[in-house]
Amino acid sequence: MTRRQQRLLLVLAALAALSVAAGLILSAFRSNLVFFFTPSQVAAGEAPRNRSFRMGGLVERNSLHREADGVSVTFVVTDLAQRLPVRYRGILPDLFKEGQGVVAQGRLDSSHHFIADEVLAKHDENYMPPDAAYALKKGGHAGAAQGGAK
Amino acid sequence: MIPELGNFALVMALCLALVQSVLPLAGAWRQEARWIALARPAAAAQCALVSFSFGCLVYALVNNDFSVAYVASNSNSMLPLHYRVAAAWGGHEGSLLLWVQILVLWTVAVAWFSHQLPPAMAARVLAVMGLISVGFLAFMLFTSNPFDRLLPAARDGHDLNPLLQDLGMIIHPPLLYMGYVGFSVAFSFAIAALLGGQLDAAWARWSRPWTLVAWAFLTLGICMGSFWAYYELGWGGWWFWDAVENASFMPWLVGTALLHSLAVTEKRGSFKNWTVLLAIIGFSLSLLGTFLVRSGVLTSVHSFATDPRRGLFILIFLVIVIGGALALYAWRAPSVGLGGGFALFSRESLLLVNNVLLLTAAATVLLGTLYPLVLDALDLGKISVGPPYFETVFVPLMLPVLLLMAAAPFVDWRNASARQVLRRISWAALATLLAGLLIWFGWKVTPLVAGGLLLAVWILLGTALHLAQRLATADGGASLLRRIRRQPRGYWGMLAAHAGVAVFVVGVSLVKGTETADDASMRVGDSISSGALRYSFQALQRVDGPNYIAARATFEVWQGDQKVATLYPEKRYFTVQQMPMTEAAIDRGWRRDLYISLGEPTKDGAWVVRLQHKPFVSWIWAGCLIIAAGGLLAATDRRYRQPLRQRAELPIGAAQTA
Repeated sequence: MTRRQQRLLLVLAALAALSVAAGLILSAFRSNLVFFFTPSQVAAGEAPRNRSFRMGGLVERNSLHREADGVSVTFVVTDLAQRLPVRYRGILPDLFKEGQGVVAQGRLDSSHHFIADEVLAKHDENYMPPDAAYALKKGGHAGAAQGGAK
Repeated sequence: MIPELGNFALVMALCLALVQSVLPLAGAWRQEARWIALARPAAAAQCALVSFSFGCLVYALVNNDFSVAYVASNSNSMLPLHYRVAAAWGGHEGSLLLWVQILVLWTVAVAWFSHQLPPAMAARVLAVMGLISVGFLAFMLFTSNPFDRLLPAARDGHDLNPLLQDLGMIIHPPLLYMGYVGFSVAFSFAIAALLGGQLDAAWARWSRPWTLVAWAFLTLGICMGSFWAYYELGWGGWWFWDAVENASFMPWLVGTALLHSLAVTEKRGSFKNWTVLLAIIGFSLSLLGTFLVRSGVLTSVHSFATDPRRGLFILIFLVIVIGGALALYAWRAPSVGLGGGFALFSRESLLLVNNVLLLTAAATVLLGTLYPLVLDALDLGKISVGPPYFETVFVPLMLPVLLLMAAAPFVDWRNASARQVLRRISWAALATLLAGLLIWFGWKVTPLVAGGLLLAVWILLGTALHLAQRLATADGGASLLRRIRRQPRGYWGMLAAHAGVAVFVVGVSLVKGTETADDASMRVGDSISSGALRYSFQALQRVDGPNYIAARATFEVWQGDQKVATLYPEKRYFTVQQMPMTEAAIDRGWRRDLYISLGEPTKDGAWVVRLQHKPFVSWIWAGCLIIAAGGLLAATDRRYRQPLRQRAELPIGAAQTA
């Protein structure tokens, strides 16, 4: 094979691989990208009804309740402007606490409750999940967010 | 006093790094033998100074010198000694010092083993490594000095993050950095070759063992990180497609492509341009990884920095290194050429496909990692790209790579006959089909698991068949043992690495396809059945650790009337950092892991627990270990240690390995 053909082969192979990858990426993006919404945005109806998204803010004090089965919990997430009740079945992360930042992934049910399939942990006491800090800032409480986010 | 000495040594090291980079480069350009000769002693002296400085930091940590800011924020007088040493890389500043420490070790190794290189070439390689060192030393001294004093001194330290207080902390970062930084050698060889305009098979042979060792270390580092996350984070995941993991995985993918491309360049002289580009991309991704992890762009357990100056510095450094390297490449590469030609169906072509696919896979990971960051930076909304994206994009791209892996070694260099290849490989293909039927009908599994197992069987059989045919055709007179011993280590390394991939694929398919997890609320005395196993909660007691208090549960696992295991999961509470942590209990086995983690207590004395059954999960890491061992074995191949002249006289057939 001559150099020119070799180079052509390289270019063609790269193009083929890239187009397959682009196709895969586009289809994966369409179904798997997870968007983030604040409780206020959810209240305003901006969040999708039938697809999974992320939501975050502070866990409202005295809102954590455990149901009779001992494994399911409910709590309220707030951005200090709007509140959103959340239901979750499973073990909460080690650093989940009332009054602290939290991010959850899941979808809305018909009664406008957020059914979480994942509640995200933070890694140490001083750290506020950036998405939760963002929600508080958008909720008009920038000071609270900065104080928490350090 | 000691910290000031350490700081002074760092400043001196920076000066020497400048000498090591500027003078030999100028010397190689103007053919000044005395300037060229400066490279080696400068590298050795720089290494001594950085090591001394590193020693000073460890000394301060071990002796609890809380007047040093770094010690005060990353250590504690109650911390056990080995974690105080490991705290040297538990924070931002210290981990940078470790980066430089490993860089100078690699530099000295290159200086030591490069005596067979033309002096100008060796000088250029060392000079480029010196330049990298200049960047990192300056970054440390100007923005993140580990020896900054804290006045007045703290009474005690803030302690190391409890998640990091583990054996993994002692070995994972050094291994990973050995890999990351090791790619700087391949990068420096590539830049030196571009500068000197000397890109030939000899160049590929010099860089190959270095790349192999760095790649093997990176494999070990990623493997160790995954293993650590599995047992320490407490929830049984082993790969999260987290941005930090991706940052180490991208250089690995490109490094794998580079290894295969280097093989072609060494054997056939082809792909020269391409190989150089891969070496540049590989190290650029290592730098990008450092930037992503250490700049505070990502907030996770790995990121420490929140100072915007640091981010800016790394960004400028990245632009200079990557931009400069690519500009040099654009300028010099056309004169290098692609090298020897080959037919459409040849081993070169298949390795090219391997390279393109690996690089595309790395690009998709890069896109998934950077896209959310870019959107966020431009304030276009907050999104996250999770495991589903990576799994749907990455796995299909890897399938052809795995399929080709078994077949490509049967294909001849330059020009192969498809019929001959089919004949050679037909036994493996038939046996794989049979195994597939057996798996599908004999064992109720999902298509995904069956597909994964089939791939693994195909790779293993193909690899074994290749070995068998090679031993059968190697010079007929010799005994089998002799023929086995005659095969070069590079060949054994390839076989081992490919077999390791098969083991890895077995683990991933079975864990992904057949693992189970149950969350339950349990009181002492309760038991729960899951699958064929019964878990019973026997007791709960309080335990006092050196810097934590813990609740320790006792679980017995029964299969029928037989006790399988007793497990002690804990919930720890670290008193200094006031942080709770789940310490999972694992019963390991080669066929399955039992994994119990203790959640939180509820009001009526019950605990939420998670009980997991993970079939064949240890095969994942076993596979990675075999892959890394293959890399190290290949790096010790005899031909890398022979002087070049002697090697040219060997018959061509003597070293016909990929």
